[in-house]
Amino acid sequence: MSTTTETAVTAPPEAPAKHRKQLSEGARAERRFGWLLCAPAVIVMIAVTAYPIVYAIVLSLQRYNLAFPNLRKWVGFSNYGAVLSSPYWWHALVVTLIITIVSVAIELVLGMLLALLMFRTIFGRGLVRTSVLIPYGIVTVAAAYSWQFAWTPSTGYLSAIFGNSAPLAHTVPAIGVIIVAEIWKTTPFMALLLLAGLSLVPEDLQKAAMVDGATAWQRFTRITLPLIKPAILVALLFRTLDAFRIFDNIYILTAGGNGTYSVSILGYDNLFNSLSLGIGSTISVLIFISVAIIAVIFIKGFGTAAPGSENL
Amino acid sequence: MAAITSTPRQKFGWGLANALTVVIVAIPVLWLLSLSFKTPAAITNASFWPSQWTWGNYSGILTTQQFIRPLLNSIGIGLISTFIAVILASMAAYAVARLAFPGKKLLIGMSLLIALFPPISLVTPLFNIERALGLFNTWPGLIIPYVAFGLPLGIYILSAFFREIPWELEKAAKMDGATPFQAFTKVIAPLAAPGMVTTAILVFLFCWNEFLFAISFTSTITSRTAPAAIAFFSGSSQFTSPIGPISAAAVVITIPIIIFVLFFQRRIVAGLTSGAVKG
Repeated sequence: MSTTTETAVTAPPEAPAKHRKQLSEGARAERRFGWLLCAPAVIVMIAVTAYPIVYAIVLSLQRYNLAFPNLRKWVGFSNYGAVLSSPYWWHALVVTLIITIVSVAIELVLGMLLALLMFRTIFGRGLVRTSVLIPYGIVTVAAAYSWQFAWTPSTGYLSAIFGNSAPLAHTVPAIGVIIVAEIWKTTPFMALLLLAGLSLVPEDLQKAAMVDGATAWQRFTRITLPLIKPAILVALLFRTLDAFRIFDNIYILTAGGNGTYSVSILGYDNLFNSLSLGIGSTISVLIFISVAIIAVIFIKGFGTAAPGSENL
Repeated sequence: MAAITSTPRQKFGWGLANALTVVIVAIPVLWLLSLSFKTPAAITNASFWPSQWTWGNYSGILTTQQFIRPLLNSIGIGLISTFIAVILASMAAYAVARLAFPGKKLLIGMSLLIALFPPISLVTPLFNIERALGLFNTWPGLIIPYVAFGLPLGIYILSAFFREIPWELEKAAKMDGATPFQAFTKVIAPLAAPGMVTTAILVFLFCWNEFLFAISFTSTITSRTAPAAIAFFSGSSQFTSPIGPISAAAVVITIPIIIFVLFFQRRIVAGLTSGAVKG
């Protein structure tokens, strides 16, 4: 189909066969209509993402502080040197990676358990399926306040249970609280993606393995896991990149204080507290590159099928 | 088809796990609800339930422009962004599912890229662009980025839905003399309505939830959305804690969403999973 279209379009205007010209007209009209339908979406997406990221690269090569706009000038890659030699950047990157890896790892295990729970139980299944959507639907900021107040000494029930402790005032416990808030909010999403994978596993295979005397654990590791590997990888890709850009939970829980700032918090602070567009853009570009590296590792390294790419 | 075999003990185990899940989900929400009904004096007693119930926090926030206006902004910006994103995504998804044209792979690749894009990378450049264009602290200043981030989700879900729609109907319409545009609006669009509803729900949830752009591209309550406004709440004086009002506001923006989610749960689950798993 596509080859005939190509030749038809590149053919000279006076194509010899009449029916062929008609086909090419139809194909051309279809092609134009296709582009026309996609154009508005493409324009909006380019205007809001591609153009600004290019603009961010341009800004990252400048010294540009809104507090001193007159001192704006080109400085080459010195902003990158400044950020990459700054302990703040590396601290933020390490904090972000710790939050990402720990929360996604725990979410994978809990999400799998939750998916199996939703898949296997009969009694109360509707209730569980419904209730897990609450953390997904709730506004992150609202949930984050719930956790923050729960851990506020002399206000929160959790703080009271743990001897009036104030975990948000110390780096490691605060990061722990952030991870718990993140896991509570996003495990349902992970579970729903895995559940969709589970429903594609043929029941006959499970039955056959049972007849052959396989234990529940063997059936899970030898049949279920290999078959839902693609679903797991897609869920991991989405959640890893989502966790890497963590902002809302940290902003509400600690505002990045006590060494709990992520790369997104660092970028935000650089723009709105230091008013430095140059440094802020440099951080933006570095975060973009980090995300691209993670995506490439998943897609090339683990062979994650990019969703939507296989059935065009 | 669910359980292959289940003994009473297994049933009990699953039941227990179910109950545990529901409790873990409910506690943070109930805690917020409890705080929102506590009197200012009782906020600091750390008990899970209020000893004395008060509507004071609600009457406080529902009579201040500092909350009402952002709430209206959230509803307006969310609805407009959702409407535009669903229309644009439907057009693109129809093209992806039904038409042969070069650049389709590019469109899908671009959508995936944006779905995975770190929004913070856009905050600094978009902040400067919006200032230059006069979009900073306006509704369009949030609507445009929300549409852009809602589109990939919409294109994924809708192209999956559009593929399921029977081809023959469209062909039949064309045989009867319908133009491609008529085939789209008269035949395909009504069949695609459930997919469009699902998309609309997920895009609206995204807009309702969004926080980073909402605090970055706004400076006053003329365009600040509810989650962003709550984060800027302070007590009525420096000696009163804002915990009560914040909790009440958080409940106000949460309860409709919970009802909404429970009501549309099937569509939400279908939408979330169709895009990611089956492509």
